[in-house]
Amino acid sequence: MSVIDPVAPRAAGRPKKLIANPMAKIAALPMIMTALVIFIGCSVWTVVHSFTKSKLLPSSQFVGFDQYERLWSTRRWLASVENIAIYGLVALVFSLVVGFVIAVLLDQKVRAEGAFRTIILFPYSLSFIVTGLVWQWILNPDFGIQYIVRGWGFENFTFDPLHNPDTVLAALLMAGLWQGTGLVAVILLAALRGVDEDIWKASRVDGVPAWKTYIWVVIPILRPAFVTATVLIATGIVKLYDLVVALTNGGPGIASEMPAKYVYDAMFGKQNLGQGFAASTMMLLSVLLILIPWAIFEFRGKKRG
Amino acid sequence: MKTSIMRGLLAGVATFVMPFAAGATDLEVTHWWTSGGEANAVQELAKAFESTTGHHWVDGAIAGSGNTARPVIISRIIGGDPMAATQLNHGKQAQELIEAGLMLDLTDIAEEGKWAEIVQPKSLLDACTVDGKVYCVPLNIHSIQWMWTSNAAFEKAGIDPVNNWEELKAAAPKLREAGILPLAMGEQGWQEAYLVHNLLSGTSEDLYYAVYRDKDEDALNSDGVKAVFNELAAAREMSAGGNVQDWNLATAKVINGEAAAQVMGDWAQGEFALAGKKAGQDYNCLIAMGGEPSIATGGDAFYFPLNKDPEITAAQKDLAKVLISPESQVAFNLKKGSLPVRGDVDLAAAGPCMQKGLETLAAGKVITGTDQLITPDAVGQIQDLMAEFFGSDMTPEDAHAAFVEIILNDE
Repeated sequence: MSVIDPVAPRAAGRPKKLIANPMAKIAALPMIMTALVIFIGCSVWTVVHSFTKSKLLPSSQFVGFDQYERLWSTRRWLASVENIAIYGLVALVFSLVVGFVIAVLLDQKVRAEGAFRTIILFPYSLSFIVTGLVWQWILNPDFGIQYIVRGWGFENFTFDPLHNPDTVLAALLMAGLWQGTGLVAVILLAALRGVDEDIWKASRVDGVPAWKTYIWVVIPILRPAFVTATVLIATGIVKLYDLVVALTNGGPGIASEMPAKYVYDAMFGKQNLGQGFAASTMMLLSVLLILIPWAIFEFRGKKRG
Repeated sequence: MKTSIMRGLLAGVATFVMPFAAGATDLEVTHWWTSGGEANAVQELAKAFESTTGHHWVDGAIAGSGNTARPVIISRIIGGDPMAATQLNHGKQAQELIEAGLMLDLTDIAEEGKWAEIVQPKSLLDACTVDGKVYCVPLNIHSIQWMWTSNAAFEKAGIDPVNNWEELKAAAPKLREAGILPLAMGEQGWQEAYLVHNLLSGTSEDLYYAVYRDKDEDALNSDGVKAVFNELAAAREMSAGGNVQDWNLATAKVINGEAAAQVMGDWAQGEFALAGKKAGQDYNCLIAMGGEPSIATGGDAFYFPLNKDPEITAAQKDLAKVLISPESQVAFNLKKGSLPVRGDVDLAAAGPCMQKGLETLAAGKVITGTDQLITPDAVGQIQDLMAEFFGSDMTPEDAHAAFVEIILNDE
């Protein structure tokens, strides 16, 4: 976009722009239709039906805000929202910070960097279900870490985060970060490689310590990579479902329930589509609440640039 | 796990061989019978079906409990990719599917086979009937009103085996001292919810019906119901430290004598049998946890989603006939630990626990299952509530208040 002179198309008039390059537009039509029908159309359908009394099958008997009233007075939903807020915040900050630190360490021209990179990225190639099961075994007190440490002679050692409502989110974070941080590190490492060598030379000439250069010079340059990483992490957080199902199944009690799991259980387990639609509409709304201001901010920034 | 892989391989081999057999149709049958005892039982059905009709049973076992399998089954039916036959529980689970015309009408088979005369108790066939038409084959009667106790565990603790819930509570401290878990309970809402239902029906049949059928506000707030929630708090204490999720792993603790008791449906019998344990000698079964002995006749039924292929429809009807035949009723139910749906079969080989169930059934001590009285929505909410209660330090009073809300708002 930035290559084309912004004034020219406007002077030529809009209609010409619409029919310009028709083959490309025809080629894009299926994608545009998919976006309109699948994403927008189905979302609207879901939102509309969240105001109905749909049970196992969709119905068109409207009940106003009943489903939402029930949703926000259900303890399991409230717990889910709280859990995802805590999980999301910690996961976002932690994977960015740790991912960046790993990327910087890998960037120090270490020997066998390829091997380290593979090890760090490896967890990402596993599905969440596998990750969840593996960590369930690691954290199981009967044959996991607790069992091993007790075998070393520490008889009173207790480590059972999965069965304690206060620590189960930490266990979930452990597994989630173990899997996700590697990807962030690799994305940021690739971006670090793109930083001009001259910047480092200039800062060295000026006698600026390396950590200051990273924080004040390199991080701003890595902004696009950080945005990519943030979007990837954020989508992973919103759709968090399989890891919870495999690791804790929402337990103990409802201490690790997540909104996506509430939606699934309401729609298919409780055969109450209306309730599931209301919950998924709230999820959509929360994503939009974060996305729209961010998109506006980004869009304006580019225009000015 | 191993057996299901083997079965899958065999099914794969069979599809290569079967085309040569004339008139044979592949029928995909989905169910959630995946524990050792259950898989053994379902094998009996497959054997009977294949040997008597020449059709082919394609096993579609879905791992996990009914709560995992039902969504898969229902979404496949709604999504236009129906299996040929599927297990579901009696009650309201399939009602909307039937009303939407997605299920095969079996009325002609039912009339031909005189189901109305042979199915006992009659309520099972009623649960399959919508507007005078029959849509499912009742397969077995399962009751959840059971407590299983391990004699070895009580022996280890140096006390006599308990005969009811109260005695178990009294024995709990001594069991703990001996390093035995007093109550094994899978940390899943559906298992914990059984305790509520059983404590209620064990208190009295009238209270049970007043709560679930009449949804009577006074009854819900009566001392009887409040007392049930105090018992739940006791159960929470007795089961603390169990750290198991699946019901069969909890049963395994009772089988090994690591835990003293488990409240679970009669399908737990299959696990005991598989482990070579003898009722009365190694373990005991207590109806209604030693309270008023009555059993709910819920259970499994087979539904046949409507299919366009006439060959499949014919094979579906053949399967329906096989399922209710006396031979498969005996073979299946003996392995499964459930009771047959027909009163005219001989169950001489039944163990003492099954005999107890049959006697209760014959005496007419039968109550309607919760699945038939409240909607899946309310069932699910009670399960959520129990999961929360057992997984936190929620007070019995709060849990009781939430329970009352759920029942009163159930349509």
